[in-house]
Amino acid sequence: MTSLLIKNGFVFDPLNGVKGEKMDIAIENGKIVEKINEREAKIIDASGMIVMPGGVDIHSHIAGAKVNSGRLLRPEDHFKDVEPKTPITRSGVGYSIPSTFTTGYRYARMGYTTVMDPAMPPLKARHTHEEFNDTPIIDKAAYPLLGDCWFVLEYLKKNRIEECAAYVAWMLKATKGYAIKIVNPGGLEAWGFGRNVRNIDDPVPNFGITPREIIRGLCKVNKLLNLPHTIHVHTNNLGKPGNYINTLETMRCVEDLVENGKPAIHITHCQFSAFAGDDWRTFDSGAEAIAKYVNAHSHVTLDMGQIIFTETTTMTADGPFQFILYELSGNKWVNSDVETETSAGIVPFQYKRKSFVHAMQWSIAMELALLIQDPWKIFLTTDHPNAGPFTHYPRVISWLISRKAREKILERINRKAQRKSLVPTIDREYSLYEIAVITRAGQAKALGLKNKGHLGVGADADIAIYNLNPETLDLAQKPKTVRKAFERAAYTIKDGNITVKNGEVVSTPSGRTFWVNVEAPQAEIEISKKLQQKFGEYYTVKYENYPVPEHYLAIPASINVKAEVQ
Amino acid sequence: MPIIKLSPKYSFKVPVNAQIITPDIFQGKTPEEIAKLQVWEGNRSKELGELFKISENGNDALETLVIEISGDLKKVRRIGAKMSIGEIVIHGDVGMHLGEEMEGGKITVNGNAESWMGAMMRGGIIEVKGNTGNYVASAYRGSTKGMRGGKIIIHGNAGNDVGNAMLGGVIKIFGNVGQFVGVNMHDGTIMIRGDCQGRMGAEMRGGKIVICGHVKSVLPSFTIEALRKRVKVEGEPIEGPFYLFLGDLNAGGNGKLFISKNANQHLSFYEKFL
Repeated sequence: MTSLLIKNGFVFDPLNGVKGEKMDIAIENGKIVEKINEREAKIIDASGMIVMPGGVDIHSHIAGAKVNSGRLLRPEDHFKDVEPKTPITRSGVGYSIPSTFTTGYRYARMGYTTVMDPAMPPLKARHTHEEFNDTPIIDKAAYPLLGDCWFVLEYLKKNRIEECAAYVAWMLKATKGYAIKIVNPGGLEAWGFGRNVRNIDDPVPNFGITPREIIRGLCKVNKLLNLPHTIHVHTNNLGKPGNYINTLETMRCVEDLVENGKPAIHITHCQFSAFAGDDWRTFDSGAEAIAKYVNAHSHVTLDMGQIIFTETTTMTADGPFQFILYELSGNKWVNSDVETETSAGIVPFQYKRKSFVHAMQWSIAMELALLIQDPWKIFLTTDHPNAGPFTHYPRVISWLISRKAREKILERINRKAQRKSLVPTIDREYSLYEIAVITRAGQAKALGLKNKGHLGVGADADIAIYNLNPETLDLAQKPKTVRKAFERAAYTIKDGNITVKNGEVVSTPSGRTFWVNVEAPQAEIEISKKLQQKFGEYYTVKYENYPVPEHYLAIPASINVKAEVQ
Repeated sequence: MPIIKLSPKYSFKVPVNAQIITPDIFQGKTPEEIAKLQVWEGNRSKELGELFKISENGNDALETLVIEISGDLKKVRRIGAKMSIGEIVIHGDVGMHLGEEMEGGKITVNGNAESWMGAMMRGGIIEVKGNTGNYVASAYRGSTKGMRGGKIIIHGNAGNDVGNAMLGGVIKIFGNVGQFVGVNMHDGTIMIRGDCQGRMGAEMRGGKIVICGHVKSVLPSFTIEALRKRVKVEGEPIEGPFYLFLGDLNAGGNGKLFISKNANQHLSFYEKFL
């Protein structure tokens, strides 16, 4: 295992500017190195294949209390997608909410090696990490939901940014979290009282603070703490016609906080936040306006949230939105309120080709990906499992790479949506280099993961090799071949171990769990005294029992950052 | 087309998963090839020939393949799963999941059938001369898509949860049934000649349930609509009179529940609401 040499592959490594050149990659002790002794190394012949860094997923609900409730809610999701055990892998089930082991195997089969769970209620952190411990192969991390936490709202109301920063630092440490996740800021708190916020300037009941103040406050906190990722925002009014105006406002509201043109905000599953029109009948795409804004500004990154026409399970922390979805679909549902922190909802959902709204949603996500010129600003996700299971990523790649594949889908969707869609007017086809950006390099860069998403010396040896020959194959004409290649990686190498060979899992090492350890000792001690008093008032658990200890994580990997707060 | 005859070589102690016993899979195969097909007996993989005696009778008069199975098949599950053509005739009792997700063809059981018969079926006919277990033509747990089409005829009694989440098709039961007939159904017809133990049509949104025998009570979320002289099932009139209830109002439904007046004199108080 100690040394590996990948020979003659077409290497795509956007962070180091490598665009499909033939070169060798040497690996020693789980890291990429300059040179190794060829005679001692195991050699992988990758001639005629493409070599990319292991895939990175910035937003995918794979673990935690919500995901598990979804599994319980949907036995019918499982019985048709069963994976029997093999001498190497455990048995498990799919489809839209796969069991933990299956999640790890399926990501690895597609060449993905790092996955972020974007919605961890802080109180359920233990559960999330328990599931992480049982998710093999991939590295993972979770973003605690902090946008509606009472403590945060109170600090921000009094404009105590530094104290809020100390609290967030403590929270990241206590939950072993990675980034600040904000879901429908203010709306989840209002949902606890059966209400919602209407727009970015609508005050939150009982707190008198607006979503704008929450987003700006946490953006400042994020900067003070020097966190590797930006704030990760799920906008207000998600899933409602006309919400793209709100999304533009959200992106605009942190414009003045930007330093050196660095990203300051990540708008997640942007497709759901790019709806135009007044109601479902006049529903339209707001993708063009958003793409225009993003093209002109450098402080925003987005991910797609591409719709897949299939039956899936929607699950978000956005309780009020899930209630609307339940009323629309009449399906079974789960909704819950997590004490003072957040809410959550789950509704099974089927995206249909012939539905006008669903077809438009498909088109919106495609428009976003195709109209935003800079691939470093938009990432490929399906907001697994909300818009579709992650196993459909190869399909999305084939749509981006091939106009022909898009036209084939367009032929089969709702007529009215066909007429309204901008997709037929766009000629752009992604190159493999751009695909490498939106599926790994860009996401790793946005996440601030220094050793992921590239193949430079010193990077983690997470590598995906796909059986595609860009020299002999016209990719745009062969979307099916592209999809098949990305569905079953020829090799997935994780930390120097070959984990997948020809689409089959051959070894299952455990992956790391990243968490951000902010060094801000002084402020933290002060805050923890105040916290202890308030904990008794607000929580059903004791302050001492709340934090997740590091030994609880199977393979913890802390990322130390130095905060500007003291 | 030939008749393929199967009979168990010994009495099975553990469940046998035999979804390969369908005309679709047997078609075009010799008995030797059929004997090589794989089945699971408990957790062991076996060949069909190890479990069953297999023989073939040529009969040119038959248009489709017929599989005739005789013997005790109580432990044999999933016979006729996903079949779309041909015919299966079973002499004896048969195990769970008979005709699961069946699409066409015909299954006849000269005996009893266990639970989950015709689960999520889409077409074809199942006829049972004896009794059946629970969940006839039901959706599997959690699913909202039950029987979509086809026809089930049961000459004996059936258990609980007949036609759960049914979306279409016809179920005719000439005996009695347990509780929860047509729960969550959206469309289709269920006719019961005998008695029903109650809670018919909970959360139904559409479709038709006809009960000719006795019921204890009707769910409070149903409202009486009319008194009808007769009701038609597949175009064939059944003489009443019947009380017609609409519901389930809890689910905003518009399902029709016909209950015989003569067998249910204790429901006559509903008449004052007409």
